[in-house]
Amino acid sequence: MEATEHPSVPLLELRDVTKSFQAVRALRGVSLALRAGEVHALAGENGAGKSTVVRIIGGEHQPDSGEVLLDGEPVRFSAPRDAQQRGVAVIHQEPIQFPDLSVAENVFMGRQPLRQGRRIDRRAMHRGAAEVFERLGVPLDPARQTRGLSIADQQIIEIAKALVADARIIVMDEPTAALSAVEAERLFRVARGLAERGAALLFISHRLDEMYALCDRVTVLRDGAFVTSSRMSEITNDELVRCMVGRSVEQLFPTREHEAGADVLVVEGLTRAGHFNDISFSVRAGEIVGLAGLVGSGRSEVARAVFGVDGRDAGTVTVNGRPLRAGDPKAAIAAGVALVPEDRREQGLVLELPIERNTSLARLRQVSPAGITRQSRERALAAAWGERLGLKYGRLADPAATLSGGNQQKVVLGKWLATEPSVLIVDEPTRGIDIGAKVEVHALLSELAAEGMAVLLISSELPEVLGMADRVLVMHEGRLTAELSKEEANEETVMYAATGNGRAGEEGSAA
Amino acid sequence: MNRVHSLLSGREMSIVGALVAVVAVTAFVNPSFVSPQGLHDMFLNASIIALLAIGQTLLVITRNIDLSVGSVMGLTAYLSGQMFIADSGTPVIVVMLAGMALGAACGAFNGALVAIAKVPALVVTLGTLYVFRGIDYGWASATGVHQINADQMSPEFLSFGSGSVLGIPHLTLIALVALGIAGYALHNWRSGRELYAIGSNPQAARLAGIPAGRRVFTSFVISGALVGLAGVLHASYFGTINASVGTGKELAVVAAVVVGGVAIFGGSGTVLGAALGALLLTTITGALPILGVPAFWQRAVDGAALLLAISLDRAVMLRVAERLRKERSLRRV
Repeated sequence: MEATEHPSVPLLELRDVTKSFQAVRALRGVSLALRAGEVHALAGENGAGKSTVVRIIGGEHQPDSGEVLLDGEPVRFSAPRDAQQRGVAVIHQEPIQFPDLSVAENVFMGRQPLRQGRRIDRRAMHRGAAEVFERLGVPLDPARQTRGLSIADQQIIEIAKALVADARIIVMDEPTAALSAVEAERLFRVARGLAERGAALLFISHRLDEMYALCDRVTVLRDGAFVTSSRMSEITNDELVRCMVGRSVEQLFPTREHEAGADVLVVEGLTRAGHFNDISFSVRAGEIVGLAGLVGSGRSEVARAVFGVDGRDAGTVTVNGRPLRAGDPKAAIAAGVALVPEDRREQGLVLELPIERNTSLARLRQVSPAGITRQSRERALAAAWGERLGLKYGRLADPAATLSGGNQQKVVLGKWLATEPSVLIVDEPTRGIDIGAKVEVHALLSELAAEGMAVLLISSELPEVLGMADRVLVMHEGRLTAELSKEEANEETVMYAATGNGRAGEEGSAA
Repeated sequence: MNRVHSLLSGREMSIVGALVAVVAVTAFVNPSFVSPQGLHDMFLNASIIALLAIGQTLLVITRNIDLSVGSVMGLTAYLSGQMFIADSGTPVIVVMLAGMALGAACGAFNGALVAIAKVPALVVTLGTLYVFRGIDYGWASATGVHQINADQMSPEFLSFGSGSVLGIPHLTLIALVALGIAGYALHNWRSGRELYAIGSNPQAARLAGIPAGRRVFTSFVISGALVGLAGVLHASYFGTINASVGTGKELAVVAAVVVGGVAIFGGSGTVLGAALGALLLTTITGALPILGVPAFWQRAVDGAALLLAISLDRAVMLRVAERLRKERSLRRV
């Protein structure tokens, strides 16, 4: 409560913090002050260093230089536990629970109420959890097993943990990414309540409207550096975007005349129980179709089912007029479909393998006359695509792990383009890569479309979808809720459909 | 009713059911199987495996495993024999404490490699399974004592091993005490719940500030001490020791733990289940000769039980996942 008496002293402050991971400089001189009773927004594009800030505040990482001050005193959190004991709680974007344990145990792990003999007082624990959930206005059963809870409910458990720990500094890392509008509103109510009771909140979101609705102050990062800090009311939407992006939107997205040809990819009634229902759309040659929606709305799952990595329960996928067998990625590749997956490090690349071997993975037959892989052919293939994509590398024999994020993504793209696809599905192609590489990827995608490829672009970055796509499909909770033309699509119409107000909703079409 | 239900989970109830069935069938063939002596032997045989299984449960819950238990047990059994050769009047309690200390030291060695050097437990303990056994044989050959017989040990020690209180064998009592303490601690202590947390989601455990390395290390030490005690009890019960005592016990122990419902990937299970698993498997083993199955099938039974239990767990898990998936899709529609 000292902090309320001296409002000039922030509860937590970062001063000129730097942090590098191997060659990558994640933070260079970031300063940030969190004050009691304030909700502070941290804005910036993917890769701007927001997550690193979160991890430093939460004690997962230690700064290379600079200071962390708690109530004006320098501190060093050497582990998450240190930070927690000093009143810091981090609510992660994808909350991680103990699925085998009960909800109450998850809430109270490490600080269970005790009876005589250091024995856990289960009744008090369940009562405590029930009280917290009541305070949050969420009916969760403390005794149920945590496995199978929705992300929204898991986030409530995370917030309950913070409440139980009497956290004074609460960091929410993109908490609304997977929430519906109703769930997000519930979360805002809770967040405001926490601030009113004297906590300092750091709120991270991609959605500017949310920042304006909830936050008092905003700090913007770009490429790991501090750009500006301002009262929310004193910065306009446009200024904020310019601070985040560092250049105007026109520079980020190439303009292009598009002349769409015949339908190349046709998806009809595609259903996978529990993931998505009755998805129908088509992508024409020379067209970029954007697939938008909140995290968890089922976009990637649709892509995986189209490509055949996952099975499907109903529906058909047709490529160039020929139906595709379910659950058979090999057939999909043969038919000319390529999928650049969301997580390049886990799904897109074999990080330990050389660049050249990564490039040839989807095209081994081409480089293997008589079934024996020839390194010279692999190298030639990789060199050709490396040049085409402007890949920056030391040697083609270096492991893919040595490349920067943007160059890794180019290797993944090269691998799939080497299969000469007619349909290219790209899932979050610019996540976590720097602006320069982003511009290059965007240019490549429009070039490919201009050459007649059908491109399905999945992205959580709304400006990217709006800037690139000729047509925008929007998903909400496993259903297509809108199909918008380039003219119809804007932040408002897409978000409206992404939060469940579309043609499948009760209020009719958003378009 | 509720109380009984919370004491014995579904898994534990089904083991009890299977146990009753095995005993009933065997008793039908040969009624002496359920004579007081027969039951006495049944519990006695299960006690040592149960003791090992209790320690193993602590490890499996945290997503670890100890394959070296048979060798550690052999080492401490041999140690107790050597202690009597050195001084035939050594008090029983001293031998027990020495065995537990040696077991704990072996556990600390395993635990340090797992918790500090971050080597997977499967690899570490597969290595120490042979290293510890090698030390055992090396010790026997260096001293020239290849076999230690009952006449070389103190009578008190031997009578402790075969003795009983109110018809309950000493070994069974010790196993029950260990079961009670471990079960209580796992259920009621923060550190006990943290073992489940570590196994359920290691990353979340780290973020929750649980000192996972220290907990895992301690589990290895405690399990090692229990294994050490089991080796000493083995010596006192059988009265003949050589350097090969406990060979292959890791299979029986892991089978008992998994049959008892402890998830092999950590996060759930109870010591009571593991102990019941040990009782069931040793009972089946004891029943085999009576039912006309040659005794050499024993290992195959343990192995088959292990496979069956893991397949069942997996099938149940998939069904639960499928159900949750369907439920979520229903809620959306």
